[in-house]
Amino acid sequence: MSLEAKIPPGPLAEKWSKHKFNLKLVNPANKRKYDVIVVGTGLAGASAAASLAELGYNVKAFCFQDSPRRAHSIAAQGGINAAKNYQNDGDSVYRLFYDTIKGGDYRAREGNVYRLAEVSVNIIDQCVAQGVPFAREYGGLLDNRSFGGSQVSRTFYARGQTGQQLLLGAYSALNRQIHKGKVKMYTRTEMLDVVTIDGHAKGIITRNLTNGQIETHTGHAVLLCTGGYGNVFYLSTNAAGSNVTAAWRAHKRGAFFANPCYTQIHPTCIPVTGDHQSKLTLMSESLRNDGRVWAPKTVEIAEKLRKKEITAAQVKEDDRDYFLERKYPSFGNLVPRDVASRNAKEMVDDGRGVGGSGFAVFLDFADAINRLGQEAVAAKYGNLFDMYYQITDEDPYKQPMRIYPAVHYTMGGLWVDYNLSTNVPGLYALGECNFSDHGANRLGASALMQGLADGYFVIPYTLGDYLATIGPKPVDASHPAFAKTKQDVLDRINSLLALNGTKTVNEYHRDLGHIMWEYCGMARTEEGLAKAKELIQALRADFWKNAKVVGANDEVNAALEKAGRVADFLELGELMVDDAKMRKESCGGHFRLESQTEEGEALRDDDNFAFVGAWEYKGDNQPEILNKEILDFEFVHLTQRSYK
Amino acid sequence: MNLTLKVWRQKDANSSGKMVTYKAENISPDMSFLEMLDVVNESLILKNDEPIHFDHDCREGICGMCSLYINGRPHGPKRAITTCQLHMRSFHDGETITIEPWRAAAFPVIKDLAVDRSAFDRIQQAGGYVSVNTGGVPDANELLIPKVIADEAFNSATCIGCGACVAACKNASAMLFVSAKVSQMAMLPQGQPERWSRVQSMVAQMDEEGFGSCTNTGACEAECPKEISLTNISRMNNDYLSAKLFREEKVHDHSGGGE
Ligand SMILES: Cc1cc2nc3c(=O)[nH]c(=O)nc-3n(C[C@H](O)[C@H](O)[C@H](O)COP(=O)(O)OP(=O)(O)OC[C@H]3O[C@@H](n4cnc5c(N)ncnc54)[C@H](O)[C@@H]3O)c2cc1C
Ligand code: SF4
Ligand code: FES
Repeated sequence: MSLEAKIPPGPLAEKWSKHKFNLKLVNPANKRKYDVIVVGTGLAGASAAASLAELGYNVKAFCFQDSPRRAHSIAAQGGINAAKNYQNDGDSVYRLFYDTIKGGDYRAREGNVYRLAEVSVNIIDQCVAQGVPFAREYGGLLDNRSFGGSQVSRTFYARGQTGQQLLLGAYSALNRQIHKGKVKMYTRTEMLDVVTIDGHAKGIITRNLTNGQIETHTGHAVLLCTGGYGNVFYLSTNAAGSNVTAAWRAHKRGAFFANPCYTQIHPTCIPVTGDHQSKLTLMSESLRNDGRVWAPKTVEIAEKLRKKEITAAQVKEDDRDYFLERKYPSFGNLVPRDVASRNAKEMVDDGRGVGGSGFAVFLDFADAINRLGQEAVAAKYGNLFDMYYQITDEDPYKQPMRIYPAVHYTMGGLWVDYNLSTNVPGLYALGECNFSDHGANRLGASALMQGLADGYFVIPYTLGDYLATIGPKPVDASHPAFAKTKQDVLDRINSLLALNGTKTVNEYHRDLGHIMWEYCGMARTEEGLAKAKELIQALRADFWKNAKVVGANDEVNAALEKAGRVADFLELGELMVDDAKMRKESCGGHFRLESQTEEGEALRDDDNFAFVGAWEYKGDNQPEILNKEILDFEFVHLTQRSYK
Repeated sequence: MNLTLKVWRQKDANSSGKMVTYKAENISPDMSFLEMLDVVNESLILKNDEPIHFDHDCREGICGMCSLYINGRPHGPKRAITTCQLHMRSFHDGETITIEPWRAAAFPVIKDLAVDRSAFDRIQQAGGYVSVNTGGVPDANELLIPKVIADEAFNSATCIGCGACVAACKNASAMLFVSAKVSQMAMLPQGQPERWSRVQSMVAQMDEEGFGSCTNTGACEAECPKEISLTNISRMNNDYLSAKLFREEKVHDHSGGGE
């Protein structure tokens, strides 16, 4: 099938405004005749639901937590980018566009990324108007910090809780519309399938998580804003409940899944301590503004540190290797995440890792504390230092943090065109759930920007075009497709509940995570991926034989919820491996050992792989079909990325 | 470590509950409290028992989903953290730990340790916002906000909506939670146009939800994982009084909505 990205022609800077002009409008009096379903209330979903309701559409919004305010966006720490150039340091829309395209290792669309940079400035205005308490300078103006992959200071932040404050802003806008009766909010409700009629999305099937009722909802369009799938690795910085089910179910109903193997491993997370761990905790990239990353120069010193014969403070300056500053003098500690992560791994592979397990390097604040004083450091990063202390029982004001890369974000997701529409008409994907703007590596502070851009400033325009085209005729809830899809959902629940084996679902999840991390993590090889495919297939088959799921459907049943999600991860994992195997180049976060430069950097193969890989589902246990969307670069010149 | 757990089990809102005793064995002090419960649940599942139900999501102290009344204290024995941030090193080998849900009439139990906190959402829906639509707003830097004000508004805005303040209060008052939002908005210039109507709408909704009244015992502040201070309550009381006495205006009424 050919994939039409619908990028408008013309100069970069005019694409979006021209496109907006060309989109059809729904007349104000007609808007109330349309129902729009928004699944997810994170930054993308809450902003979309509120903005669409403000325009006059009837919105039904869904989340699986007990309140829309608890979507995983709440956990974002460091900040949000915007090309405001308030610092007068040379920033511009074009520079943010360029940094993002380059940061993504030239695997994103120029048109999308430019639009993202363009609307970034409106996002900050909107959030401030809502009362989001961003950090300010003494003169009362907004403050900025720096993030990786850029040489300007364009990141807006609210201490280490930027996501929380942005989400509470979007949540407040959503609340206003709930109060007005324009949004009907369904909490503790999980979407389990999409209903399509004549190839168009017309509704969803949900399970009420407090009583198990399976419900049908109709809508003229369905927006999936359901977040990322990093938890396929079991251990990640995502929330325990984050999952791929909504996107995966949509995929099985025809929506293409793009670039599933593009996953972001974040360099600065608290290292794994044992098998009991249920998640990993991020230490924000903003810490690299003031923290210096280092490992001991020699294996001998590392060995002594691991055995606790000496402390980090006792390692002489000369015996420390500030490897990012050494290798990348112009970006230093602020190289993009993929580069920083690979270098940390290299140190560990080299025998120079620290901490009990040897799987860590240091992030050291001693210099910053000397320079700025402990109080100033605490004012910037206090909550992160506290979090670190709670988890590790070590005081980062007194000794350097130990950090190691962990799975954090998924650049892949449902394929969407410039209008954020999947290839299934009427089905849209916003925020981390789609694949669109970050290429093979997302720059820090760009996910919040993208989620809010999609929800506040893109979908309110593009959705109208589709709705105007299909017209306001009510969706027929008695169409057999609803009953049929509902039955499919029930059948699946019953087959999960029938599992009465000897191994818990959590154990399968952990096993899958081990496979993914080992073979589809920071370094991937042809051989390893082939092995992973076999292992996942075997694990999945075993799951459907030997897993154990207790309880019934018509009650609160967390075990059942988890089983459904893990079953989907077991399918997604295989597709990720297929995608990684297909892409015989390295780019951004996708590192194939077979394809690297002499200096060990990711080596792209633009002649053969400058495309988006969009996978088409063909039935259970059938190989998926690869569709390619060729990436045209009209405005930037593709080069080997360099942060030296 | 080996521990004895006394856990509140309750099938659903309509059933009565009771305390049930479980053993938690081979627990590592590095585990978080919720990871300890995960281990217990795994063993229950393998014995064909129903796992203990509790709310959680982010597991890093920010989403406000986790709760738990541990040994008589919301979010357990340590100050300024949530249950998901509590680690087993805060307990000793052989200890008996009592685990109950939040207790408040306005927070009915859903199952076991999970309660329904939707009353909090309804209070926010009553007025916890600035009435601006998407688009058409001024440039962010046109508004100068003194750093001290921005910082103080931020402190109030860090409330995670967990409900520990209500659980800690003998009257089950929601004043700390409500005042945090009211104060954030009242301190910022963006919040001024609706300052008086907001406080009235939110307090009215709070009363309607059946939360108790505040008698200034300060238990809420002591147990709040985000250290939201009692100052917020005095600020809100001032505004409420002001609004009632001097600035009575029609409170937000959007019922029927849809303009
Ligand atoms: C610890 C951490 C820190 C981060 N820090 C930053 C940062 O500083 N800057 C930055 O730019 N990015 C950051 N990110 C990334 C960024 O936070 C996320 O990519 C972004 O918030 C995702 O937003 P979203 O709206 O797409 O999805 P989410 O916020 O994940 O929301 C998903 C929503 O979908 C709902 N949902 C999911 N499945 C279903 C279903 N089947 N049925 C019903 N509802 C469903 C959920 O209930 C939830 O409401 C961070 C990420 C993490 C994990
Ligand atoms: S005020 Fe504190 S205790 Fe109360 S809901 Fe907010 S964070 Fe929780
Ligand atoms: S699980 Fe999110 S705050 Fe505890």
